[in-house]
Amino acid sequence: MINITMPLTEDIRKKLKAGDEVLLTGTILTARDAAHKRLCDTLKKGNKLPINLKDAVIYYCGPTPARPGRAIGSCGPTTSSRMDPFTTDLIELGLGGMIGKGDRSDAVKGAIKKHKCVYFLATGGIGALLSTKVKSAKVILYSDLGPEAVHKLEVKDFPLLVGIDSKGIDLYDKAGWKKE
Amino acid sequence: MREISVSKIRDTVTDLCLKANFELRKDILKGLKSALRQETNSRARNILKSIIENASLAKKRRLAICQDTGLVTIFLEIGNDLAIKGDLEEALHKGVEDAYKKGYLRKSVVNDPLVRKNTNTNAPCIIHVDIVKGDKLKIAVSPKGFGSENKSAIKMLKPTASEKEIMDFVLEVVKNAGADACPPLVLGVGIGGTFDHAAQLSKKALLRSIETRNTKKHFRALEKSLLKAVNALKIGPMGLGGKTTALGVNIEEFPTHIAGLPVAVTVSCHATRGAEKVL
Repeated sequence: MINITMPLTEDIRKKLKAGDEVLLTGTILTARDAAHKRLCDTLKKGNKLPINLKDAVIYYCGPTPARPGRAIGSCGPTTSSRMDPFTTDLIELGLGGMIGKGDRSDAVKGAIKKHKCVYFLATGGIGALLSTKVKSAKVILYSDLGPEAVHKLEVKDFPLLVGIDSKGIDLYDKAGWKKE
Repeated sequence: MREISVSKIRDTVTDLCLKANFELRKDILKGLKSALRQETNSRARNILKSIIENASLAKKRRLAICQDTGLVTIFLEIGNDLAIKGDLEEALHKGVEDAYKKGYLRKSVVNDPLVRKNTNTNAPCIIHVDIVKGDKLKIAVSPKGFGSENKSAIKMLKPTASEKEIMDFVLEVVKNAGADACPPLVLGVGIGGTFDHAAQLSKKALLRSIETRNTKKHFRALEKSLLKAVNALKIGPMGLGGKTTALGVNIEEFPTHIAGLPVAVTVSCHATRGAEKVL
């Protein structure tokens, strides 16, 4: 088990290998489909992003609302591949890592390798359990998107696996089954 | 004629949505525990243990099992001799709305597939109705996430297609779902009817316990062969390898046309949710 504290600097990223079990602590951001589209539309227009992605980690997650007295509701990962068309642009801006579930496109894998980024896997469908690792949550951008807004999360010992490491090695390729 | 008020139906829909989202189905939980006993791969075992722990925590804390609390499909079986007093459709949508507000469940429904503005209520729901004999009303709710829904597929096979062709199609769907649909999966397979009806049957098949086999011998055999073949893919829990790619395969069938053999597969995740009640 490897303990990591944010920010996810290149030094940390380079040490991680596909299959490593990681406990992540610190500040991360959530963003999923609609937020990714808006971020990339902003870039397309030649504008600066309203958030700093340098060495940051984006978690593909749309949580359930928090019950009173709790930081967050259920908060597991969503399918990463839907974010693939937007991801390379964000990696080029210095994004350190992403958290999601499932395969990534060859273009994303290439960008991960080129920029020494890391793609982490969180277990899908265990959002209640993962909610216990989130100490605070705050919407910081696109609040009109509801569950799809960008949240700033403070996490402690958030359990992850390294899915694709900075050398581009993919854990799914090692799993013994091949997607045709 | 027996009468039932829509307010009772609305409240029942709310209760069922809450139960489905907080309490993992007993048959699924049992399937997960049995999978854990069979897995030797440590990563697969750890994932299954987390899933089981998650189910217990969700139930205890009244937290959604999964943050994707889904688009709700409601299946009604309405008895011929039952009179429903009031606006049934509104009661169903409002029942969903009440649950998603009261239960702090995620509102995942957008008003229009292209405009995409969140309705902030998780309504509307999808409604399927069967007319049956008797004076009862059976309500089954299926709040289903889209990680797995996105991987569902349908194919219009030739009427002369072999069982192997049906199996090949199901296996192709599962391979294409890969890790994305949160395996171990539950597969609902609809065979026969029309294009639309096969899809509906495949969704309905998910309501049945994974411990209960199809009543017809040849479909029962096909369910078993499919489960075996799917697990032989070794995709495993969360796609990271292992013996358990699916917990169950349920088939629902219907008479069809001489010219066709529709086969639909609704892919569902390890958090396959559902609850039902007879009023």
